[in-house]
Amino acid sequence: MTQQDKIIESKGSNLVRRNFFLRMLGIGTACAGAWVGSGNLRANAQSAEVAAAPSPKIPDYDWNKHKWAFGVDATRCIGCLRCVEACKAENGVTQDAHHFRTWVERYVYLEGEDRAHVDSQSDAQNIAASGSEKEFRFDNRYRDAKVEKAFFVPKLCNHCTHPACVQVCPTGATYQTKDGVVLIDHSYCIGCQYCVQACPYGVREFNHVMGVTDKCTWCYHRITKGLQPACVEVCPVEARVFGDRNDPQSPISKFLRNNRVSVLKPETGNAPNVFYVGIDKEVS
Amino acid sequence: MIGTMAHAAPYVGYVYPNETDIPWSVLIVIYPYITGLVAGAFIVSSLYHVFGMVQYKPVARFALLTAVSFMFFVPTPLLLHLGNPQRAFNAVLTPHWTSAMAAFSYVAGFYICLLLLEIWFAFRADIVALSKTTRGPLGTVYRLMTLGSDDVSPHALALDHKFATVLAMIGIPAAGGLHGYVGFLFGSVKAREWWSSDLMPIIFLLSAIVSGIGLLIVLYVAYSRVRKVPVDDACMKGLARTMWAFLLVVLVIEGLELLEMFYKRLEGIDMVQRLIEGPIRYGMMIQWGGSLIVLAILSVLIIFKVDGKALVRGMVVSGVAMMIAVLAMRWNVVIGGQELSKTMKGLLVYYPEIVSHEGLLAVAIVFTCPFVVLWLITRFLSPWEPEPS
Repeated sequence: MTQQDKIIESKGSNLVRRNFFLRMLGIGTACAGAWVGSGNLRANAQSAEVAAAPSPKIPDYDWNKHKWAFGVDATRCIGCLRCVEACKAENGVTQDAHHFRTWVERYVYLEGEDRAHVDSQSDAQNIAASGSEKEFRFDNRYRDAKVEKAFFVPKLCNHCTHPACVQVCPTGATYQTKDGVVLIDHSYCIGCQYCVQACPYGVREFNHVMGVTDKCTWCYHRITKGLQPACVEVCPVEARVFGDRNDPQSPISKFLRNNRVSVLKPETGNAPNVFYVGIDKEVS
Repeated sequence: MIGTMAHAAPYVGYVYPNETDIPWSVLIVIYPYITGLVAGAFIVSSLYHVFGMVQYKPVARFALLTAVSFMFFVPTPLLLHLGNPQRAFNAVLTPHWTSAMAAFSYVAGFYICLLLLEIWFAFRADIVALSKTTRGPLGTVYRLMTLGSDDVSPHALALDHKFATVLAMIGIPAAGGLHGYVGFLFGSVKAREWWSSDLMPIIFLLSAIVSGIGLLIVLYVAYSRVRKVPVDDACMKGLARTMWAFLLVVLVIEGLELLEMFYKRLEGIDMVQRLIEGPIRYGMMIQWGGSLIVLAILSVLIIFKVDGKALVRGMVVSGVAMMIAVLAMRWNVVIGGQELSKTMKGLLVYYPEIVSHEGLLAVAIVFTCPFVVLWLITRFLSPWEPEPS
């Protein structure tokens, strides 16, 4: 079990032990909401439930005082994939080509073509180039091609403001923290994978050993100690930016202030909190 | 942790790396399928109990037993699929109400209770009679099942009938809700282009009804063969008309949905087209081909007023074909939706495992169980009217 798992689990057990009365009150309120057909009432009951949840026992950390967000400057990314490697190591992510909390996509437009060629480190040719599913590399397949435009796009959980994954979780095992991070209580997840279906970004993966869903936490175990997420820490070109939106001088506040940003799939209504600079219309 | 992804799905184009681990297996194909059979069988029973269509009387009580036998096994594929089935009750004890899935246990539990109650009222006179004529442990079971009520006076029986009717009336929206809910589970997933349709609940519900009628036809004929009694012509003709009507509506709605999709040609339609022409090609052929064949056979049976052995043969073929076509429809929705990548730039191909808790063998076992239970229940509580001697 990784450090991150321990923290999530201790937080999870808090949630499991949450006051029974409050839980029943929440159910009652939600039922009443359903009865009068009021979506707002139900939404309020849910936020009341989050507000009632005890703050996780993390020393010197108050989740009411932060509003985390993430920035990606695709114009800087060089596709070195150190972020993917660091994430897997930091979070104990399954070491194969099918489970990632973060990954990098390569978009290549060849001369005379309208559509981009897209691949990620999971592509069979890239795995062949690296020699292992546990090592990550983009191969050199475009060496002799006439490339018109090419760029890399790092992907990770968007920690949406209106997360579809949280909406569909039948037990509440996946939840939104007060500081804007979407987490999973591994001790409460039943492993139905409805959240995997609901995420439009494909960021959720299933841990077959534990029988639970997993995903990027923005390294919650690190950020609550004042550290940066592992992927941000190792990025050699500062393509990944992370910080607290409540602090106007944080890297993310400056990033959002100084750039025109976009988010992925805004039409889903999920309102992502990973903001991109320098992506193309084909990126989704 | 080293991964062991023996069942990673192959793909073409670009898919998100995590998508190669297909979340919902063939077990989740069988889940809405079994639920649908329940809904369909129940509707037939209601045609007699609520709408007073006497031609369905021969199968009305049998349909109830069929519905409950299949209903018992609706949760099984879900439980087998869960990563932590021992925590399944988390969704019951602490349901997260914004999730459609949280309602499952309540919807299913309510429906099972309703079915059991209706069965009790529909069979109470038989249970009382059996409790008086059966000796030994089985007799004790029958006596317990009377719940202390052994009044079989005409007044009491009329009251039973009234209760059964009321329960059946509640049961129609409940059956609709149960299966419409399954459609909602899929239709409300906005991340999946192939699922996210407002018509999903109604399509699921209508196809459920036709598959349930198909099942009932096959079982009724099989039971008649075993019991060596003739199949009721009027009942068969009624079932033919009902199936024809529901099938026509579902085909029109599904056809219109596809037509709208291709007419509007929203972004990503090319990949939807490739999905239909590719991974679910055979599934679509079976679904549409099977449905149209059934529609043709039923039309012939109705127009030419076919009866006797030819009617029974035509109906059995229709019933089996309908069940296969609807199973293919479930596959096309559940698996097809996951084969269409969320990137809309690639397609995956799902190959079911054979021997695993989510494999074809598990599906075969789960699907066999309701038939075995139904056979046992009918041995214990005969739904058939006594033959005139």
